[in-house]
Parts: sequence; structure tokens; C-alpha cells
Amino acid sequence: MKAQASTKPTIVAPQIFWGRRIAAAILLVIMGFAFKSMATNPRFEWDAVARYLFHPEILSGVVVTIELTALAMIIGVIGAVILALMRLSGNPVLVVMSTAYIWFFRGTPQLVQIIFWGFLGALYPDFVLGIPGTDVIFFTAPTSSVIGAFTAALLALGLNEAAYASEVVRAGILSVNFGQIEAAHSLGLTPSRAMRKIVLPQAMRVVIPPLGNAVIGMLKTTSLVSVIAGHDLLTNAQSIYNNTYEIIPLLLVASFWYLVMTTVLSVFQAWLERKFNKGVRRPPNLIIAMLKDRSLREQQSLAMQRSIAESNAASEVADVGR
Amino acid sequence: MSAGNVPFLAIEGVHKFFGADHILRGIDLQVDKGEVICILGRSGSGKSTLLRTINALEPVSAGRIALNGELIGYHEKGDRLYPLGAVALARQRTKIGMVFQGFNLFPHMTVLENITMAPKMVLSVPAREAEEQARHFLEKVGMSDKASVYPTSLSGGQQQRVAIARSLAMKPELILFDEPTSALDPELVGEVLSVMQQLAADGMTMLVVTHELRFARDVSDVTVLMHNGRIEEMGPTKDVMSAPKTKAAQGFFASLN
Ligand SMILES: Nc1ncnc2c1ncn2[C@@H]1O[C@H](COP(=O)(O)OP(=O)(O)OP(=O)(O)O)[C@@H](O)[C@H]1O
Ligand SMILES: [Mg+2]
Repeated sequence: MKAQASTKPTIVAPQIFWGRRIAAAILLVIMGFAFKSMATNPRFEWDAVARYLFHPEILSGVVVTIELTALAMIIGVIGAVILALMRLSGNPVLVVMSTAYIWFFRGTPQLVQIIFWGFLGALYPDFVLGIPGTDVIFFTAPTSSVIGAFTAALLALGLNEAAYASEVVRAGILSVNFGQIEAAHSLGLTPSRAMRKIVLPQAMRVVIPPLGNAVIGMLKTTSLVSVIAGHDLLTNAQSIYNNTYEIIPLLLVASFWYLVMTTVLSVFQAWLERKFNKGVRRPPNLIIAMLKDRSLREQQSLAMQRSIAESNAASEVADVGR
Repeated sequence: MSAGNVPFLAIEGVHKFFGADHILRGIDLQVDKGEVICILGRSGSGKSTLLRTINALEPVSAGRIALNGELIGYHEKGDRLYPLGAVALARQRTKIGMVFQGFNLFPHMTVLENITMAPKMVLSVPAREAEEQARHFLEKVGMSDKASVYPTSLSGGQQQRVAIARSLAMKPELILFDEPTSALDPELVGEVLSVMQQLAADGMTMLVVTHELRFARDVSDVTVLMHNGRIEEMGPTKDVMSAPKTKAAQGFFASLN
């Protein structure tokens, strides 16, 4: 039997997603109206927003919020990895310690923890470094000079975050197939090397999205420290409107800066995810696929026509030869 | 190399319990350098467990396993055995390669990185040299053109060949294969078996758990038949295959036909 090459291939028609197009149009209209109503409503006091957007106190609040968030997350993530490894170590002492820590820090209100650290000086006026049970003392100082307001805020945020993030890290570690660890061991990696080189990099894939959530949450949680220290973005905005009563515009200013920070973080997160998704098969990105679709289809159709032409030419040669 | 009376690999009186389950019930086996040994047996007879005790992925409950006279997984003091620390154990494992049924390539590394990682990290081979060696082994398993891709884009047979190259890169004295072709589509089995056959011809010492009787017959020197945690029959492959002596072996071969 001879396969009959037709000159015109049956081409799969490009799919048109009417539902998507209609939904997008409706959404655009709604957004347009919302935008117009906000922009033209005098009670939003856009001129005041413009005045305060780059106000020094607002900008210094942004800096404090970024500092607190970054440092608290560093403490939190390092603590989280340590807690998760303790929990998974199989050593009963470490498991109990880690479980108790997580139980305590997740179980008590964060605000209470912040106040506790902030007023540690009232509970323990003197900070003493020595050997317990003996009279040997290396160092002593007033607690408030060792743990200042900023340090207290950091400890409160970081130690609390460690408890929450440790569960995220643990889930990430558990998501890595046990065969990976056995393969690493069989190649002569010690358990700690296998953890660093094989397990944690693969766990990152699972851990990054919820940790991204945590960082963005932390941006806003930092405003809780106003009870002991303050000077973060939201607290500074509030202290301005307590004097001027321009509440709405200042809240808009603060929201604008939170959105800017969140946007930067989201871009960074997307980059990290790409980095750690190397080698993982996953569904194609719909939007990019849509953009590529048209030019790809043209190429495909050209390629099909070319191959049909070739096979026709070949079969003609064969017919002549016969 | 080894002194006349020190066997290359000696397994003596190995028992293994999982909880109350007595899975290995006294295994004795000696392997000479360069020998290829196939381990056959029904599902659940303890083949994988035996293989995994040899590189201490499973600690034994009793008995001893020694490579070139060096006890695996334990050190001996008086008449007692004490478990080795993580570093000493890792060092021992560098001499024993293992190829798994599920390949277990590292998905976050390219094929080349999969192969160079352990030599660089564990044996401190310079990066340049590790890469040259990796390419050499990739060529050996017929995977030279895939050095820079990630494992998920490879077929099962290709992944298993890379896994074999990864094992070889540690220059092991012995390689353990646990059903290396059982997860493969039938048309991919051959490419992996032929790589293994080549390894055997190069003089590599291999312990192979397999269901591929053809391979066992063509390549292995000795066939071991396991049943209920014991070695029921062991001998030159052609003898065991053509005229099994024990009931267990006769039953096993009969059940395959
Ligand atoms: N980690 C474990 N914990 C408890 N029981 C186990 C464990 N590993 C294996 N076993 C049991 O030990 C027995 C032997 O298992 P093993 O994997 O060695 O068999 P096998 O001969 O390799 O079988 P197969 O051909 O199916 O791979 C089985 O009954 C299994 O359930
Ligand atoms: Mg098995």
C-alpha cells in the first residue's frame, strides 16, 4: 500500500477563547469606572497624597520597615531550617525541643510576644552572663542596654517567624523523594552534605511560594512593633495623621509604598522560582504560550507544507523510476 | 591484590529484622573481584534488603560484611561491633556503587552535574578533571550528546544509563544493581543491559538483582537464588539455570514458564 500524500494538510484550527475575551473586556470596563470614581472623588485628597508621598518621615518609615522585614526574615528562615532539621533528626531530645518551641511560639499571640521582648527589662532588670549555680559572672549590664527597642522588635518578629516557617521548611524537606537521599548516600555524601546539596535545593521549589507569602505578611506585621519601638511605615503615617487629621491620604500613601515593596518582592520571588524550578517538568506558562502561539503556528504550517512537497517530489521520482 | 585468604567481598551470617519480621535469615556469600553475580528470587524474598545491607543503607541486625577485609558499617572492638560514624560510613560507600530501580538522578542538576557532583565533593577531584572523566563515562554509556540536559527530559533507559555513569565516576570497586531494568518499557531494557554487559566485560565486580534471565545466563558467573530470606541455591550460572538442585530453585524457574 502507498500512503497518499495530499497537497492540502488538515490543519488544526487555532482555538479562540471567547469566554476569556469577554471576561477581560468586562473587567476592563469595571476597572475603568472604579479608577475614574476614585480619581475624581475630592474626599480622597489626592493633593495631600502627593504632598506626603516622599515626606521624609514616610521614607524613613519605609526604610525601617524594610530593615525590620529583612532582618526578621533572616532570623526566621535560619531558625526555621534549624527547627525543621531538629524535628526531622530522629533524635528524641531535639524533636521534643523543636516541637515545644513551635507549640509555644505559634500558640501565643504575636503582640504579646512583642510586648514581652520590649519590656524584658522590667521582668529581668539585669542581664547577667555567668555559670548558673555558681558565683562566676563574666558580664553584667542593664537588660535595656543589651536589648534595645529595635533588637527586641527583631527578636519578637524573627523568633515567631521561625516557628511558622519551620513547618514550611519541613514540608519542603518531606516533599523530596527518599530515593534522592539514598542515591546521595550511596555516592558517599554524608547526611549533612546530602541535605545541603541534594535535599534543600529541591525543597526550595516547594518552600519558596509560602515563604514569599510570609515575607509579604512580615512587611505588614512589622507595624505591630509600634507598641515598643515604632518608626515603621504605618506607624509613621499614623503619627502624622494624628496631628493633621489627613487620615485617608496618609493611609493611601502607606498603601502605595506597601504595594511597591510587595511588587518588588513578587518579581524577586518569580525569579527565584525560575531558578529553583530548573529541571522540573511543568505545564507551560499560558500567557507566554499565547504570545508565542501565532508565530509558532505559522512556522508549523510552513514546515508541514514543505514536508508534503518533499514527499510528493520523492514519490514522483519513485514513479518515474518504475 | 587482596592477600590469598582475604576474600574480596565476604558476607557472613547476615540477619536482618524489620521489627519482628525476620527478613534475612543467615546469608553467607563470597564474591571474588571481577565476578558478576545475579540474585534471583520471588518478590519479598529479601533481594533488595541484602543488596542494601552491603553498602549499609540498611544496618544489619547480626553478621558481618567485609570488603577487602574491611568491615562495612561497623568497627570491631573486642568481640563487639560498633556502628561507624557518618564520615567513615560515607567514605566506605565511595567504594561501592549502587544503581536503583527508580534511577534516582538528581532532577535539579544537569546530566553532567549529576556525574561530577560526588567526585568533586567527596573525592576532591578538580572540576576540570571531574568533567573530563564524566564525559568519558557518558561516552561509555552512549550518552555523550545529553551532557547538558536535565534528567526529566530523558527516557527511562537514558536516565538509567546516566545513573550507571554517575556510579562509575566514583571509581567503585563493586557496583550493586537493584532491578535496574524493572521500571523500563520493554524496548528500553536492551540498551541498559548492553551497557551492563560491557561493564562486566571490562572486569567490574557486579551484584545484580534482576528478573532478566537472559541477562543472567549470558553475563553472570554465579547465580544466587533467594527464598524467604535465605540463599537456597548458589552456583555457576549455567548449572543453576540448566539443572536446579533445590526445590526452591526448581519452583522458581517453573513459576516463570
Ligand atoms: N524498610 C522496611 N521496613 C519494613 N519492612 C521492610 C522494609 N523493607 C523491606 N521490608 C520487607 O522485607 C521483605 C523483603 O523485601 P525486599 O525488598 O528485600 O524484597 P525483594 O526480594 O527485593 O522483592 P522485590 O522483588 O519485590 O523487589 C518484604 O516482605 C518487605 O515488606
Ligand atoms: Mg526489591
